[in-house]
Amino acid sequence: MISVKNLNKSFNGKSVLNDISVTFETGKTNLIIGRSGSGKTVLLKSIVGLHEVDSGEIWFEDTLFNKLDFKDRKDIRSEMGMLFQGSALFDSLTAEQNVRFPLDMFTDKSPEEKNERVNFCLNRVNIINANKLFPAELSGGMKKRVAIARAISLNPKYLFCDEPNSGLDPITAILIDELIKELTEEYSMTTIVNTHDMNSVMEIGEKIIFISDGIKCWEGNKNEILHSDCGTLNDFVFANSLAKKLRTTNK
Amino acid sequence: MQIGLYFLLLKKVFSKPEKPSIYYRQTIKEFVYLGLNSIGILSIISFFMGAVITLQTAYNMENPIYPTYLIGLGCRDSIILEFSSTVAALILAGKVGSNIASEIGTMRVTEQIDALEIMGVNSASYLILPKIIATLIFNPILTLICIIVGIFGGWIAGTLSGVITSENFIYGIQYAFIPYYITYSLIKTVFFAFIITSVSAFQGYYVDGGSLEVGQASTKAVVYSSVVILLFNVILTQLLLS
Repeated sequence: MISVKNLNKSFNGKSVLNDISVTFETGKTNLIIGRSGSGKTVLLKSIVGLHEVDSGEIWFEDTLFNKLDFKDRKDIRSEMGMLFQGSALFDSLTAEQNVRFPLDMFTDKSPEEKNERVNFCLNRVNIINANKLFPAELSGGMKKRVAIARAISLNPKYLFCDEPNSGLDPITAILIDELIKELTEEYSMTTIVNTHDMNSVMEIGEKIIFISDGIKCWEGNKNEILHSDCGTLNDFVFANSLAKKLRTTNK
Repeated sequence: MQIGLYFLLLKKVFSKPEKPSIYYRQTIKEFVYLGLNSIGILSIISFFMGAVITLQTAYNMENPIYPTYLIGLGCRDSIILEFSSTVAALILAGKVGSNIASEIGTMRVTEQIDALEIMGVNSASYLILPKIIATLIFNPILTLICIIVGIFGGWIAGTLSGVITSENFIYGIQYAFIPYYITYSLIKTVFFAFIITSVSAFQGYYVDGGSLEVGQASTKAVVYSSVVILLFNVILTQLLLS
């Protein structure tokens, strides 16, 4: 479980996150949704410690994460996996070397055990016959899947995904969403996904928070989101013409 | 503020590595990438610089009072004292410095550095320390290659153009030789190697933005490294030769 309490973050005096409090539950796919520039990525990066917050608390179970120094954070970071918006695979390494990297860095496993784990992770995300390819030779969807394989290589307790299906076609996007949901349930991880894709929201949103201008405006699940009273959330959810039509029909 | 940030980065770079065996492997890669791959360009430049120094020295020493072997001596001292360390360092600032800044800068803007940090890897140390170690060890070897190839270029140019005989040139490069000049040149090279790598890595590591900013960081890396090299050239010359 990850708890965020009264989180504030600003850049050059401009407030980006304003008094955010939320609890992300274990074994569930937790979604942070909002418009571009609403503060989703800043919130996610603040939670994982890539941004230092101005005030507030970030708890990983019983540990106050944001008060730890770099060395003490390592223990918790070894339990984190993160999928970045652009995949962030290491350009100079092949797909399998990317997945192997955390194993080389943080485990004392034998080469055979590492190979076994790498192959397992790549198979788990359906990467077949592409182990020796470099990121530049992979498609967008494959990059995301290799990045997921790298994120799960150390059996993380926490999985963070920043816009996992941005730039992907709708079918591949759904595959990535399903994969994240399956892995979350399989390993009982606490997963936090940043997205502005309503398909993802309706597919995997077990717990959803909506952020607008750095303020948490709404919290609920995918069944409640269509019946909210929150005006800004409704503008977001029913932004496209198909959704508007459906809403009008339902009314 | 930038200088403070630079020293904070160095502190991070020189903290204890997570897994020394991985750093060792990275350092070997950097030997090839930053060291071996520079031999070609430096050899070509050294050869022609040696040739030009010989021809210019000969042109300025047409007075029969001066013995011709001084052409060899002039070529030797110019190559050892200034070319092999300082000029070669400026060339490397262009080749290696821009390479380091753009590589690390691209990793920054594509969130690869963030990915390292998330894993709990000290990204500054992992990315920069192997480069510093590789250049500190390999650049002195490059300097020695520059000296040998430069003097060889001078000998070829001098003898083929007929401005000096082979015997006189060889006598000149042996005449009044002070071995300390080599030490002086190697000490300067070690300082310059550190400057090139650390200044360029600093420019790349703190890139903020996109490809445009990576390009700017690459340019800054070359410009700042070159200026700091020239400044330290004066300081080290005063300290080591006075």
